[in-house]
Amino acid sequence: MTDDLFLDLRHVRKTFGAFTALDDINLGIRRGEFVCFLGPSGCGKTTLLRIIAGLEVQTSGEIWQGGRDISRLPPAERDYGIVFQSYALFPNLNVADNVSYGLVNRRVPRAEAARRVTELVKLVGLPGSERKYPAQLSGGQQQRIALARALATEPGLLLLDEPLSALDAIVRVHLRQEIRSLQRKLGVTTVMVTHDQEEALSVADRIVVMNHGVIEQVGTPLEVYREPASPFVADFVGKVNVLPSRVQGGQLEIGTLRIPHEGGDRPVQVYLRPEDVLARPIAPGDAHVFDARIDKIEFLGSHCHVHVTAQALQPHPLTVYLSLNFLSEQSLSEGSIVRLKLLPERLRVFG
Amino acid sequence: MSASLLALSTGTVHQRVHWSERVAHAALALVVLALLVFLAAPLAAILMQSVEGHDGEFVGLRNFIAYARTPALLDSLWNSVWVSAAVTVITIPLAFGFAYALTRSCMRGKPVFRGITLIPLLAPSLLSAISLIYWFGNQGVLKSVLQALGADAIYGAPGIVIAECFAVFPHALMILVTALSLSDARLYEAADAMGTRAARKFFTITLPGARYGLISAALITFTLVVTDFGIPKVIGGNFNVLATDVFKLVIGQQDFARGAVVALLLLAPAVLTYGIDSYVSRRQTAMLTARAVPYEPRPARGFDLLMTGYCSLIALLMLAMLGMAVFASFASFWPYNLSPSWRHYVMGLVDAEVGVAFVNSLLMAAGTAGIGTLLVFCGAYLLEKTHGAAPLRGLARLLAMLPMAVPGLVLGLGYIFFFNAPNNPLGGLYHTLTLLTLCTIVHFYTTGHLTAVTALKSLDGEFEAVSASLKVPFYRTFWRVTLPICTPALVDIARYFFINAMTTISAVVFLYSPETKVAAIAILNLDEAGEIGAAAAMAVLILAASSVAMGLFTALGWWVNRRTQAWRAR
Repeated sequence: MTDDLFLDLRHVRKTFGAFTALDDINLGIRRGEFVCFLGPSGCGKTTLLRIIAGLEVQTSGEIWQGGRDISRLPPAERDYGIVFQSYALFPNLNVADNVSYGLVNRRVPRAEAARRVTELVKLVGLPGSERKYPAQLSGGQQQRIALARALATEPGLLLLDEPLSALDAIVRVHLRQEIRSLQRKLGVTTVMVTHDQEEALSVADRIVVMNHGVIEQVGTPLEVYREPASPFVADFVGKVNVLPSRVQGGQLEIGTLRIPHEGGDRPVQVYLRPEDVLARPIAPGDAHVFDARIDKIEFLGSHCHVHVTAQALQPHPLTVYLSLNFLSEQSLSEGSIVRLKLLPERLRVFG
Repeated sequence: MSASLLALSTGTVHQRVHWSERVAHAALALVVLALLVFLAAPLAAILMQSVEGHDGEFVGLRNFIAYARTPALLDSLWNSVWVSAAVTVITIPLAFGFAYALTRSCMRGKPVFRGITLIPLLAPSLLSAISLIYWFGNQGVLKSVLQALGADAIYGAPGIVIAECFAVFPHALMILVTALSLSDARLYEAADAMGTRAARKFFTITLPGARYGLISAALITFTLVVTDFGIPKVIGGNFNVLATDVFKLVIGQQDFARGAVVALLLLAPAVLTYGIDSYVSRRQTAMLTARAVPYEPRPARGFDLLMTGYCSLIALLMLAMLGMAVFASFASFWPYNLSPSWRHYVMGLVDAEVGVAFVNSLLMAAGTAGIGTLLVFCGAYLLEKTHGAAPLRGLARLLAMLPMAVPGLVLGLGYIFFFNAPNNPLGGLYHTLTLLTLCTIVHFYTTGHLTAVTALKSLDGEFEAVSASLKVPFYRTFWRVTLPICTPALVDIARYFFINAMTTISAVVFLYSPETKVAAIAILNLDEAGEIGAAAAMAVLILAASSVAMGLFTALGWWVNRRTQAWRAR
């Protein structure tokens, strides 16, 4: 496991005056892994990426890449390619000159560089665009070229700083899958910064959820979603219902519902995802079943966010996902009563 | 010992400096060194001089006290203040009206009006003083009108005030046009929706919106007038102001100490203006959000006609002023024989061997444009786009902004004190065209610097980071990317340097020798010698040369645009 540790951040700390942007960050990234730094703006994710790139200097701590201490190396002596949200393509150079910008400096023979450019623009899906200027390309196309430029020198590490944030929603979804498959094909270790949880969930091998300069959780997308390590993670990744409850005599008391739970008596918060409250299948005799009244139906296309209140959970409202088909099948509308079931194994309890 | 240990344990990580960054730091150090020698040192020399006695001993504030006890000099101070105030009070409303017409009306011929009012920038400010003498002087065409109005002569305060109004009008106008252009149409639409009357809109939206521009224009007008040397020299007669006092004290009486005191007095309003102006401009930019919708004037027959009439009147006065100098320079023998001839150009300039001054001016302007643009742009690039060496960077930023607050007269005086000092190894530069050129570059440094900074700030901030990740040294990116993108700004800076070098008087008046005299100075000398026809001819030559240069730079700009900005086209 430690053999293929490629990037190692040890006790990285960054302060700006009295403000602590990053506090004791420890993180190991494996060779070939695709890792996303996810968090709200100001959580320190971009600062951490820029420290890995050497564009910012950490206040303390060490960074090791490929078994080499790069903590004090200037950007030019590190080994990475980088793509920014703004593309940062050189506007007065055409695509070929942009992509070969780093090759020219390494005294790669001209023919070899040209061959590599052709290969790269094909790789990012824009063959034949070599003579075009950036202004003649769309945003998504420009970002592909920026990616090709970053990959041209075959860096050991690819850093992506919110590369998709400036693009239209449809282009964004399309391009993130392409980046993912490209990364698989090349096997380059990749770190991507994003504030979009859907983006992180769909492309990352592992997600690093950050908040206020600390790492809240590191895990696979499924772990982060299913087993959030903190209320913040549960809240930030996906939608969640928060139910104030208490633990009493080995039982979790949510309204009138009772679920066995270990630990001493204390007030707790129960985190429950909307999709973990089922409307079917409910068999007669099932536990944790209760009736709820529909207050409001928020139509979102194939499914609906349904806001309900239940006698059993008084006075806390609950949001559940119900499919459009189910609602029309059961002829449910605002004011109707619907029978629901909790999945106790999916509840997350935080003290 | 324990303190240093503590510092070690909590100390921050320092990145190793890459060799290419050392190159950048060295280049920045060179720029700072140049500004220290050619800006900071001369200014320091003035400060030193003002607190030194005749034998170089420290005398504290004795020179200032002696100054305050000289009634004649205090008169000059008062004269300077009230004349400048008068010019400000007259010019600002006139220029505001003109700017309002240009930005808020639908009158025809706006470019023509704007062009005419900018002509004074192409000639030394004293051109208007020479014209005034031809109009209202002892042998002026309208002298009788002046006397009918009750004034006995144009020489002195009235002449200075009128001539300065013409000279500073374009400066005030440019600021006010900018201020009035920065308006949000939505405010007016909201006011219209509420049925607001025009006058109320003017006083509640327009005027408050332009107030920072008005403050800035007034301050700059005041400073320009208080520090102007040429106009009072030509038309001031026996009316003394601070600027002419400095010259008399230093060049006439060799009283360096008192000259330094007066120079510091001139520095005060300029520094104040600079301080207030930079505060005000920060407020101005914050006021306008990126979402503002630019105001589009709608045709209103009566109003547009009124504005056309007003602008025509101002433009006519401008043309009358300029035209008289041109006409007089061709008149054979004013006022007796007005038939056109080349007499003043041939006999007054070429035969009198003053023509060399014109060549000197062209050399100096070319040098200023060439070296100045290079220095300013490299300096701005190193400041904006490279990293590290923070103390050096702060110093460079300060030095780049300082010239804005230093009047030319003060700078020129500092150059005398510093470069003419007996033990200065750079003393050999004194009186050379090289020093004149360097002084002019420093004098106009800040505007060029700000133009370059604006151009550089519009580039993506990550170019340098991308280059570093691709292991390309910064200077290669500078050469392949930054410079080609910024060529239009380079042309602008060069044009600004060239025109100002052609027309400047205040700094170089202290530094020339008979061999290195420049054209604008020659005008002063000719006027002093009573050769006002030749003086007018020289002023017209400068105007012509500046106009041609302006045309050439515009053509160059167009060509450069086509050659280097092709990528902008979609």
